[in-house]
Amino acid sequence: MGSTVETAVRPPSYSGPVEWLRRNLVGTWYDTLLTLLSLWFVFVALRGLFAWAFFSANWEPVTGSLKLFALGQYPQEDMWRPGMIVLTVSFLMGVSWRVWGGTVRTFALALAVALGVVAALPVEMRLPLRLWFVANPALVGLGYLVGWSRVVRSRWVLLGWILSFVATIILLNGFKGVSWLPKVDTAMWGGLLLTFLLALVGIVASFPIGVLLALGRRSSLPVVKVFCVLFIELVRGVPLVTILFMGSIILPLFLPDGVRIDRVLRAMMAMTLFAAAYMAENVRGGLQAIPLGQVEAAKAVGLNGLQTMALIVLPQALRAVIPAIVGQFIALFMDTTLAVIIGLVELLGVGKAILNSKPEWLLLDTEVYVFIAALFWVFTYSMSYASRRLEAALGVGER
Amino acid sequence: MTTGRPSLPALFTRRGVPLWRDVQVLQWAAQIVSAIIVIGFLAFFASNVLRAAQVRGLSLGYDFLDLTAGFDLPEGIEYTPADSFGRAFLVGLVNTAKVAMVGIVLATILGTITALARLSSNWLVSKIASVYIETVRNIPLLVQLFFWYFAIFQQLPSVQDSITWPGPMYLSQRGLYTVAPVTTESFGTWMAFVAAGIVLALALRSMLLRHQMQTGRDTHYGLVALVVLIGMPLAGWFLVGEVPLVTDDPVMGEFNFTGGLRLTPEFAALLTGLVIYTGAFTAEVVRAGIQAVSRGQFDAARAVGLSSSQTLRLVVLPQALRVIIPPLISQYLNLTKNSSLAIAIGYADVFFIGKTIINQAGRAVPVFSMVMAVYLCASLTTSVVMNIYNRRIQLVER
Repeated sequence: MGSTVETAVRPPSYSGPVEWLRRNLVGTWYDTLLTLLSLWFVFVALRGLFAWAFFSANWEPVTGSLKLFALGQYPQEDMWRPGMIVLTVSFLMGVSWRVWGGTVRTFALALAVALGVVAALPVEMRLPLRLWFVANPALVGLGYLVGWSRVVRSRWVLLGWILSFVATIILLNGFKGVSWLPKVDTAMWGGLLLTFLLALVGIVASFPIGVLLALGRRSSLPVVKVFCVLFIELVRGVPLVTILFMGSIILPLFLPDGVRIDRVLRAMMAMTLFAAAYMAENVRGGLQAIPLGQVEAAKAVGLNGLQTMALIVLPQALRAVIPAIVGQFIALFMDTTLAVIIGLVELLGVGKAILNSKPEWLLLDTEVYVFIAALFWVFTYSMSYASRRLEAALGVGER
Repeated sequence: MTTGRPSLPALFTRRGVPLWRDVQVLQWAAQIVSAIIVIGFLAFFASNVLRAAQVRGLSLGYDFLDLTAGFDLPEGIEYTPADSFGRAFLVGLVNTAKVAMVGIVLATILGTITALARLSSNWLVSKIASVYIETVRNIPLLVQLFFWYFAIFQQLPSVQDSITWPGPMYLSQRGLYTVAPVTTESFGTWMAFVAAGIVLALALRSMLLRHQMQTGRDTHYGLVALVVLIGMPLAGWFLVGEVPLVTDDPVMGEFNFTGGLRLTPEFAALLTGLVIYTGAFTAEVVRAGIQAVSRGQFDAARAVGLSSSQTLRLVVLPQALRVIIPPLISQYLNLTKNSSLAIAIGYADVFFIGKTIINQAGRAVPVFSMVMAVYLCASLTTSVVMNIYNRRIQLVER
C-alpha cells in the first residue's frame, strides 16, 4: 500500500426514517406496489403461522416426548452419562473462551445463555434436571475463570477436547459387566444425542483419512495418486444414501462369517468414508493455497520432504481450511438425518416413531416435523453464524 | 558419503546412495506397498463375498435382469408386473431423470427470481428473499421432504372434496390432477410450422443483425425475429385444418378422476421439496454471479451508449454467467443426487426400485453396482461438461 492514502469523505448519507422509507420502500410507483404486496404477504403468512401455532396446533407429541427427542431410548437410570458429557463440554467451552477468545466466545455464550434460559423456564421440571440446567452456565463461567490461570495453555485445551471426545464414547457405551457403568446397547442411542454423535464421529474420524487422501492425490507416485483419485471421485459421485445402504446391506456380505459390526457403528463408518472424500477436497484446496516459495524455503533450510510437509505446509494449509471444515461439519450435521432411512433413531427417526406411538397422534405430522425443522434451524443457523465470524477472524491478510 | 569406507556391492547402490535412502527405490517401494494393501483389502472383501455367495446361494451375475419382476410400480413409463427386472430398473431410471429435469428447470426459475429479489433495492422484498434462503438452507432436505409429504400432501382432502384451482387443477390426497395435452393427427404438420418458425427467425435475426452492423441503421432484428417465431406456429395452427392439440380434462367419476394428467403425491412432494431446497442454493449462486460484475462495467457500458437491455445482454450477463455456470451445474448435480431421497417418501426412482429388486430377487451386489453406476455416470458427465466449459471460458479470459 502507498504511504499516504487520501481518505475520501463519504457524502452525507440519508437521515431520518422518512428518507429511509423513501429510499428503500416507496421510491417509485412500482416500488410502492411491491412493498404493499410484500406487506400483505408477510401479514397473511405471519397471521396464519401464529393462528396455527398458538390455537389450532396440538403440541402434545412434542411436549410429551422431550426426553425422547434429546436422548432417544437411552435408559432413564443412565441419563447422568450424557448429562456429564454436556457438563464437561460446558466447562471446556468456558476454558476455551478465555484461552482462544474470538469466535469461541460466541459459542460459549450461546451455550450458556440457551441452557440458562431453559433453566429459568416456568414449566414443570424435576429438581435435578433444573439444577443440571443451572450448572451448565455456571461451569462455563468456572471454566472461564480457570482459563485465567497461567498453567492453561492452548495445547492443553486441545488435549482436553480430544480426551473429552474419547471419554464421551466410553461413557456412553459403558462396559459389559461393570455395575456402575453398564453397557448401553447402541440401539438405545437416539435423538439429538445420536445426531450430534454421528456428525462428530464422522468429522473427527474423517479428518486424518481426508488429510492422507489429499496428500495422496497430490503425490507424485502414480499408483498412490490413482487410488486416492478413484476413491475420492467414486464417493463424491454417488449420493450419501447409497453409501449408507452399502454400509447397512452390502458391508455385512463383505465381512467374513461371524464378524458382525453394530448397526450404529456401520452408519458411522459410512458417514466417515463419505465425509473423508469431501474432507480430502477441502484439504487439497488448502494445500493448493500454499505458495511454492514456502516449500522451496523449507528445502533451502535443509528440511526433508516429511518435515516440510509436517512443519511448514500442513499447518498453514489446515489453518486455511478451518472454515471449510466447519462448513462441512454443518452439512454433515444435517446429513445425519439420512440415517433414518437405514433405520437409526436419530432426531428425525424419533419424530417418526413418536407419530406412530399413539393412534391419536397419527395425523400430527405438521407439529412434529415443524418442531424438528425449528430445532435443526436453531443449531445450524447459529453454527453457520459463528462459522462466518470465524472466517472473518481467520480471514484475509493472515494467509 | 565418506570416501574412506569401502562401498557396498554395486548391486545395492546406485549413484553412491544406499538402497534405503535412494529416493527412486523408496518411491517404488511405497507404490508397491500401497498397491498390495489396497489389492489385499479388495481381495479380502471379494473372497468373503464369493464365499457368502457359495454358502447362501447368492448369485452375483446380472442374468436376473431378464426374470419376471412380479411387483407393481406406482408410476412411470409403461410397465406391468409381468415385465422383467431390467424393465423395472429402466422405469426407475426414467423416473429419476423426470424428477431431476423438471426440478432443474423449476429450481433455476425460482433461484433466479429469488436472487433478483434478494438484490432488489426494495428493503422488504430483499428481506423476504433472504429469510426464505436462510430458512431453507439451514433445515435438512430430508426433514423438508418429510414435511411436504407427510404434513402437506398426505393431509390434503380426499379426492371427493378436492381443492380446485383454476387451470383446472384438482389437488387431493391422490395427487394433482390437471389438464393433459393430447396430440391429434395434424400435430406432425403443425410441428413442421413450429420448426420452420424457429429456423426462419434465427436466419432473419442473423441477417438483419449483419445488416445493422454494416449500415448502422436500426433494423429491429429482435422484434422481427420474435414476430416470426410466434407468427409461424400461430398461422400453422389455423392452416393445418384440424386443431393439432386438444386438452384432456380430468373428469370426476364415481370414486376418482378419469383422464387428464396426474402427478402422484410422492412425485409432487419430492419435486416441491427439491425445487424449494435447490432454489435457495441457486439463488445464492446467481446473486454471487451478478455481484461479481463490478459497478464500473455498468457505467462503462452506459458511457459507450448501450441501452440498458444491451448492457445486460452484452456486458453484464456474459461476465456473470462465467461465474454462475460452474457452481450452478454442481447444484444441478446435487439435485439429481438428492432425488435419491425419494426412497424415504416412496417415489419410484432408480434407488427405490433398486431397493425393491434387492428385496425381491436378493441380488444386493449387482443391483447396487447398477444404481451406483447410474449416479456415477451422471456426475462424470457433469464434470466432463464442466471441464469443457471451463476450458472454453478460459480462452476468453484476458
